[in-house]
Amino acid sequence: MAREIGEVILDLRNISLRFGGVKALTDISFDVKEHEIRAIIGPNGAGKSSMLNVINGVYRPQEGEIVFHGERRCDMNTHAAAVAGIARTFQNIALFKGMSVLDNLMTGRNLKMKAGFLQHALWWGPAKREELAHRAKVEEVIDFLEIEHIRKTPVGRLPYGLQKRVELGRALAAEPKMLLLDEPMAGMNVEEKQDMCRFILDVNDQFGTTIVLIEHDMGVVMDISDRVVVLDYGRKIGDGVPDEVKNNPEVISAYLGTQH
Amino acid sequence: MFYRETGQFKTTYAADQQIFPIRQDRIGMLLLLAVAFVGIPLFASEYWFTAILLPFLIFALAALGLNILTGYAGQLSLGSAAFMAVGAYAAYNFQVRIDGMPVLVSFLLAGLTAAAVGILFGLPSLRIKGFYLAVATLAAQFFIVWCLTKFPYLSNDSSSGVISLPGITILGFAFDTPRSTYLLVLTLVLLLALAAKNLVRSTTGRAWMAVRDMDVAAEVIGIRLMHTKLLAFAVSSFYCGVAGALYAFCYLGSVEPDGFSLDMSFKILFMIIVGGVGSILGSFLGAAFILLLPIFLDISLPAAASMLHLPFDNATVSHIQLMVFGALIMFFLVVEPHGLARLWQIAKEKLRLWPFPH
Repeated sequence: MAREIGEVILDLRNISLRFGGVKALTDISFDVKEHEIRAIIGPNGAGKSSMLNVINGVYRPQEGEIVFHGERRCDMNTHAAAVAGIARTFQNIALFKGMSVLDNLMTGRNLKMKAGFLQHALWWGPAKREELAHRAKVEEVIDFLEIEHIRKTPVGRLPYGLQKRVELGRALAAEPKMLLLDEPMAGMNVEEKQDMCRFILDVNDQFGTTIVLIEHDMGVVMDISDRVVVLDYGRKIGDGVPDEVKNNPEVISAYLGTQH
Repeated sequence: MFYRETGQFKTTYAADQQIFPIRQDRIGMLLLLAVAFVGIPLFASEYWFTAILLPFLIFALAALGLNILTGYAGQLSLGSAAFMAVGAYAAYNFQVRIDGMPVLVSFLLAGLTAAAVGILFGLPSLRIKGFYLAVATLAAQFFIVWCLTKFPYLSNDSSSGVISLPGITILGFAFDTPRSTYLLVLTLVLLLALAAKNLVRSTTGRAWMAVRDMDVAAEVIGIRLMHTKLLAFAVSSFYCGVAGALYAFCYLGSVEPDGFSLDMSFKILFMIIVGGVGSILGSFLGAAFILLLPIFLDISLPAAASMLHLPFDNATVSHIQLMVFGALIMFFLVVEPHGLARLWQIAKEKLRLWPFPH
């Protein structure tokens, strides 16, 4: 592959997250290097989605710190994360259902649009130029994901597989440095999974985007990720390249159980 | 000529992002504008201007304002009439207290005053949603009407808060006939409708809809919820405020605070529900439906009763009128919950295929 894995760009140090008495994450540390595909796996309820929510500031951990691109903070907030170039998709599709595919993708670029609402109201000068320039950028993403035929369709009317793809598109439209994918292939058939894998690899390869993904399909995870971190009951039980993780006895016991 | 877009190829994004991308729609819109600006002023009677067209345009503007807030930004509000009241009284105060204040500027300032009040009563939306927010905006409705009655200063010390509005003169031209007033209101309403359309098809509108459809996702892609919601309240109240000023200056000529009652807020809410939530066109269709249907029933019911030789007295007719009105609203909501605008859209989609079924 053309891409080269670079320095550590996201470093999570001793993250602990509690909801009242429930410990969602306990003392978790791992890092993500530039341009790599980093998978987070683990059984249901292991804290994988909570981990993503901590990275992009939806949840604030009680302990630990996050260092993104050398900037250290004890917690992120969603806006700061978006500005820093972290985009994500959700486990349960979180598209804007009443809007067309095109509008969803354009919304993904909202941080790059600078015109004020008075200029919007007049559809004049910078507002119009900006709208058209960003439309051209969004069309590139539409081409990339092969969703030209549905660009004017309200996303609520699309089948599940396509909605997942549009959601990836909305995240890509922001030209993120880091992409967080929460179960991008859940509920898909083999063909759709293959398509999605291809898109993820292409994004990583062509745009050099760093990808952190949660996925349950072990075949996919072992095939496409560079390094894997394994969570169980909010603790980290494994970390390393796929082969290493596959043979880790703790990981095997978490997934298959152990004989007592 | 068939209603077709065949052969109309777009070669630029600018062409693709026009308000009316289909040529037939553009021609239709031009015809409609010609009728509104030339046909109606030539042929309509005074009754049409004062009883039908002026209230229709003014309420369409108020419905447009509410539609921005409720239909696009997803924040339910029951205070539209109160924001209209703010607009009416603000415009009045700017007129009587500042010498030589141009009328249009006082309308603009009235809108801005309503926007400021709207932001204030929009603050609860940062914490609460849906029905609970509706109750919070209900507070605006009662509080504002109470303020206008309670403080004589706001109505220039008139008894019981009734204000009589001065006539409108712009650049030496007096808008003193129903026809000229109609043209003034029509122009203002169309300009504001165009601005609203531009807003909702740009980043601002997309941010509103994003907050409406999925606020967590909107936040994650960098939309500031507070800014977006308060802007929706401000713009919505601006529209309602200008509508209120027009209602007082151009339609009634004399208003009292109690005129801007909760009933009126509900009426505006019904307009957008019947017309189409989240549609500019729907605001106009809804206003037409809610305002014109009672007038139509008023005329047609007695005629029908006398034709069928039914014994009829006025009270019965007005009761039947209410019943028919309610039944029709329910009928439309059952047939098409997304309102008249959606029906229109479906009709257009059918028309594109007509006369072939596929």
